[in-house]
Amino acid sequence: MDFDFSEDQRLLQETVKDFLEGECTAEYVRGLWDTQTGRSPEFWAKLAEIGVPGLMVPEQAGGLGMDERDLVLVLEETGRYALAEPVIGTVAVAVPLLVGLAESGERKLAESWLGRIAAGEAIVAVGHDRSPLVSDAHIADLLLLPHGDEIHAVDPGEVGLTAQRSNDQSRRLFAVDWAPSDRTRVASGQAGRKLVDAAFDRGVLACAAQQLGVGCQLIDMGALYATQRKQFGVAIGSFQAVKHRLANAKVQVEYARSLVYRAAHSVARALPTRAVDVSMAKAAAGEAATSAGKESLQVHGAIGYTYEQDLHVWMKRAWSLDLSYGTGAWHRARVADAVLDGRLPAESFGFVPPGA
Amino acid sequence: MDLTYTPEQEAFRKEARAWLEANVPAEPLPSFDIKEGFEAHCEWEKKLNAGGFAMVPWPVEYGGRGADLLEWLIFEEEYYRAGAPGRVNQNGIFLLGPTIMEYGTPEQRTRFLPRIASSEEVWAQGWSEPNAGSDMANIQTMAIRDGDDYVINGQKTWASRGAYAHWLFGLFRTDPESSRHKGLTFILARLDTPGITVRPIEKINGKRAFAEVFFDDARVPVANQLGKEGEGWSVAMATAGFERGLMLRSPARFQNTARKLVSLYRETVAAGGFVDGAVRDTVARCWMDAEAYALNTYQTVSKLMAGAKIGAEASLNKIFWSELDILMHETALNLLDVRAELLPGSPAAGDVGDWLDGYIFALAGPIYAGTNEIQRNIIAERLLGLPRK
Repeated sequence: MDFDFSEDQRLLQETVKDFLEGECTAEYVRGLWDTQTGRSPEFWAKLAEIGVPGLMVPEQAGGLGMDERDLVLVLEETGRYALAEPVIGTVAVAVPLLVGLAESGERKLAESWLGRIAAGEAIVAVGHDRSPLVSDAHIADLLLLPHGDEIHAVDPGEVGLTAQRSNDQSRRLFAVDWAPSDRTRVASGQAGRKLVDAAFDRGVLACAAQQLGVGCQLIDMGALYATQRKQFGVAIGSFQAVKHRLANAKVQVEYARSLVYRAAHSVARALPTRAVDVSMAKAAAGEAATSAGKESLQVHGAIGYTYEQDLHVWMKRAWSLDLSYGTGAWHRARVADAVLDGRLPAESFGFVPPGA
Repeated sequence: MDLTYTPEQEAFRKEARAWLEANVPAEPLPSFDIKEGFEAHCEWEKKLNAGGFAMVPWPVEYGGRGADLLEWLIFEEEYYRAGAPGRVNQNGIFLLGPTIMEYGTPEQRTRFLPRIASSEEVWAQGWSEPNAGSDMANIQTMAIRDGDDYVINGQKTWASRGAYAHWLFGLFRTDPESSRHKGLTFILARLDTPGITVRPIEKINGKRAFAEVFFDDARVPVANQLGKEGEGWSVAMATAGFERGLMLRSPARFQNTARKLVSLYRETVAAGGFVDGAVRDTVARCWMDAEAYALNTYQTVSKLMAGAKIGAEASLNKIFWSELDILMHETALNLLDVRAELLPGSPAAGDVGDWLDGYIFALAGPIYAGTNEIQRNIIAERLLGLPRK
């Protein structure tokens, strides 16, 4: 039993953090809003240089061969810096899905993509059942789309994309007009179902992990502002009413963190409780990040309500992540179904109830 | 990161479970806030100690079994699983014990720790005074040196278990010229010392849960100071750290309450009681929060075992468990509907369990061990860097 990260894992997190702190500034994030794709192939190439896209690509395919316990810290940093690039779809979901497809017989498909992903040369966009829209389909080299128990590998050149406009200007969402066919089907039946479910849960975990970073950033922005802004001759952060708002947000984020890290372990180990564990993580982290946004806004006052100030970049990210891969309410309902009605496996951590 | 138990940890769990199953009283003991219950709980503690389970992480020479903190968590899980009695000497075993281990002289360790482990000596806390509550640095009770004794004058209050406890630990002002955090000393005092008067205070359910303690020229040996004279504040902060951070409220307590809440929810549904989506959502929330608290504690323990220290993070803990405890009990009382106000044994009460008593106890959570407002100040100032003034 060891619920801590290794020095290597922390080092990886620091590397990504340092990189993003230098390159992924708020100014940079906002600059991308007005570009045609909202994405930067150059930036993605730099992420590939530090190993991010290939983090979970097997070593023999040119990746780092890591798992969700490594990825979760990296995702947290991408949230902290509001990175717009498709790390959730490509890095957290598509890569393990391709590995799973290889194991269920689609070796050639997986081999043809995994190496290119690790090299930063391919983007894969993934669909899921909780949304009719697919994120980043416009820059994808491959689409992996569920259809019932099936998964289809679809060439983006063969589909119609209708761009949507999101409140979060960094988001790029598309309705995808496509038709499943024998030619595109790469998994079906029980094997397909398992892959669809696992891919969804990975997306859930990834959103939750990013929310930790988003929440921390929102709190830090509030704390910084409260330290600098003076009223009545003192820093407003000296007032308890201000302190307590940010302290409450901190409590929420820190306890969500424990659920997120455990969920990373459950996913990496494919535990039977995976679905419930990721749902708890996302419900808690989503609520923590969106609350942190509200508290931080209140601490900022009117200046935080302006378009010019950067606070809304993270507030909007918290909202959009909260809506991605199932809302908080949807995930809490999934927890309730499991814990109250026994519809999914759930167990308490450590504590073994009497009679069990 | 590997969230699975080793075979040794599993074996320890089995051993603890077997002992507890064989020894835990079949019927719940009376409340330790009444005399009869206090004595029954002390008897239970003696049995626990004889079995070697009073305080498993303590060194063997002090009555423990030298277990690590993970094994302590496992023991706590088994303790709550077995429905074993509340720890009447929690001030001694969870708070003072670790403080003596860190600051005590070898003589003090040998003198006090085994008697804490056996609950031969049950401890009360002596922090608060009528004019020093949240503002603890305003302590005015004087302990003035006279030869080998301190002569103590003043008043402590809100001493939990003070009505029946044998000893009290607390902070006293040993330098009359001093103010605030300076000039305070951590002193251990027998409550039957001449000049000490204990007046029990009834809490809102009428039980004598705490007491005020008057000192009138009470002489306490200087040998009973813990840590150096004048450095009591930092010793007390270590005690508070144990209290808020880890020991006082182990996660199994809340996981067990969450489990009982889920059972009550199911029984209510089965009996056709009123349950709506909001109640369902709240029960799920309680379960999640109890899990989060357990996981957070395992994280903390993993860090401690790797050599880290707990700092102001302890304040996050205290807020989280105290508010969760209230939410769980409120939700249970909601589910009990009209029976929620009926005392156990009342003819129409049926099996109301101890939810009402638990609720009343939970309401104290945000107040004791430093109010949650003080904890929020600590988080804001020490974790988020906000200015004190």
